Amino acid sequence: MDIFSYLLNNPDRVLDLAIEHMKLTGIAVSLAIVIGVPIGIFITRYKKLAAPMLGLASIVQTIPSLALFGLLIPFLGIGAKPAIVVLFLYALLPIIKNTYTGIVGVSPATIDAGRGMGMTDMQILRMVELPLALSVIMAGVRVSAVINIGVTTIAAYIGAGGLGQLIFTGIQLHRNHMILAGAIPAALLALLVDFLLGRIELWLTPKGLHK
Amino acid sequence: MIRFENVTKKYGDFTAVDNLNLEINAGEIVVLIGPSGCGKTTTLRMINRLIEHTEGTIYIKDRDITTVNPVELRRSIGYVIQQVGLFPHMSIAQNIGLVPYLKGWPEEKRRKRVEELLEMVGMSPAEFYDRYPHELSGGQQQRIGVARALAADPEIILMDEPFGALDPITREVLQDELMKLQDEVKKTIVFVTHDMDEALKLADRIAIMKDGKVLQYDTPEELIRNPAHGFVEEFIGRERLLKRPELIKAGDIMIKDPVTISPERRSLQALERMRTQKVDSLLVVDKDNKLIGLVTIKYLHQHLGEGEKVADLMLANPTSIKEDVDVSTVLALMAREQVGYLPVVDEDNRLKGLITRASLVNVLGERY
Repeated sequence: MDIFSYLLNNPDRVLDLAIEHMKLTGIAVSLAIVIGVPIGIFITRYKKLAAPMLGLASIVQTIPSLALFGLLIPFLGIGAKPAIVVLFLYALLPIIKNTYTGIVGVSPATIDAGRGMGMTDMQILRMVELPLALSVIMAGVRVSAVINIGVTTIAAYIGAGGLGQLIFTGIQLHRNHMILAGAIPAALLALLVDFLLGRIELWLTPKGLHK
Repeated sequence: MIRFENVTKKYGDFTAVDNLNLEINAGEIVVLIGPSGCGKTTTLRMINRLIEHTEGTIYIKDRDITTVNPVELRRSIGYVIQQVGLFPHMSIAQNIGLVPYLKGWPEEKRRKRVEELLEMVGMSPAEFYDRYPHELSGGQQQRIGVARALAADPEIILMDEPFGALDPITREVLQDELMKLQDEVKKTIVFVTHDMDEALKLADRIAIMKDGKVLQYDTPEELIRNPAHGFVEEFIGRERLLKRPELIKAGDIMIKDPVTISPERRSLQALERMRTQKVDSLLVVDKDNKLIGLVTIKYLHQHLGEGEKVADLMLANPTSIKEDVDVSTVLALMAREQVGYLPVVDEDNRLKGLITRASLVNVLGERY
């Protein structure tokens, strides 16, 4: 049996797993945006915290994913919950880092002009810093999402589901077509998500910044 | 309109502005000028509380500005900076209409105001309304910067080296436009620059600052006529002082090392000296460098046989002037005495220099 006939015979299974995969990634990245962007903004206001915060996030990033899964099993058990925690932690660094970099990169003259014209701190953030940092922040989100789709495949190992399940089952059963039926959609998913987020980035970028 | 009373700004031990007292009247352009680090920008930014002063009181229309909400205060004061600081993600219209937007003007009123301001700074609303800052040249961007500062019709406008980053030609054009605009809108403008030409051109009054203090606060004319302080004179620049003929002194334009000769020399040596130095006359000085006479090539040739020494053939006690005589007196004297040169001497008749027709022509040529 080759991969195509496997896909043809089990379309629902592959689709369900792909959706599950997307869900895991989606929840983790969304959480990372909701928490990472404010952290990123926060450390631009308290620059002393920037280095330790980014350092901490970098350390998390360097722990191998499987080890991180293992570390959390005693506390959170197995399944989707610990997987999402790990995925979230992995997604955090690029988002915090890019939010920080993006906002710090806004020209001080622009901010000075805004403040001098009577914008409040909140207005400067909302009307000036965030729009101008948006493309950098979105780049971080893209990196997070792509990394996460990869790590999610491994999460199947602790019973989180997703396309990794096909890969691991395939390995155990020595069925190459099953491995491929998991691996190829996972790869395509990463490409697709990157592409879609790219379109969103373009759509969100203010017109004046399109060069 | 704006009044500084004993205002001091300290950063730790460093005093950026030192017990400043300054009064700026309504409708005036006041230029703050001085070398970098003199406190001029700090002074400017204290007016809209971008920098909070440490001591003293700043009043705007007799109201202590610390009693005003800083955000409200800034919305009532126009602000233009060197780097322009347009918001790149906003259209020209949004940029200009920002303060009206923050103040909650209705859209229709904002649009009208933006169009009016674009016209005012010489940019067609039809062409520029929907454009973005990166599509504009530096000069156009700063025009928008000025329009943006005028948007909510503030009484005061603060300008921090607004034309400093522009090329000289554009800078001149924008300075002229600002003057024209000011005739129309009559704002109280506080303008920071380090360019004295700009200050002299724009200012109703100039405050020259150094080390956080105002050294002199006067009209441009008064500053040039009576610089109150050695630094002020130096900062205004000798050249600018020279541009006013009544201020040109003999000492400024004289040749400082005229060719001289001792009275003890032989007349032939005098001729030789004239030839090698390519001059037609020599000043005769004694060993103390005191002026005692003058020999000309013409006279030497005519009377060569009548004496061996320079002392015998010189014209004794020639007409001379002191260093502080102004140039119009020099001209009058030359005409009256029918001479082409005038030696310059000090109180003790010691030779300091020589004014010739050529040196006069140089100075006046620069001016006209």
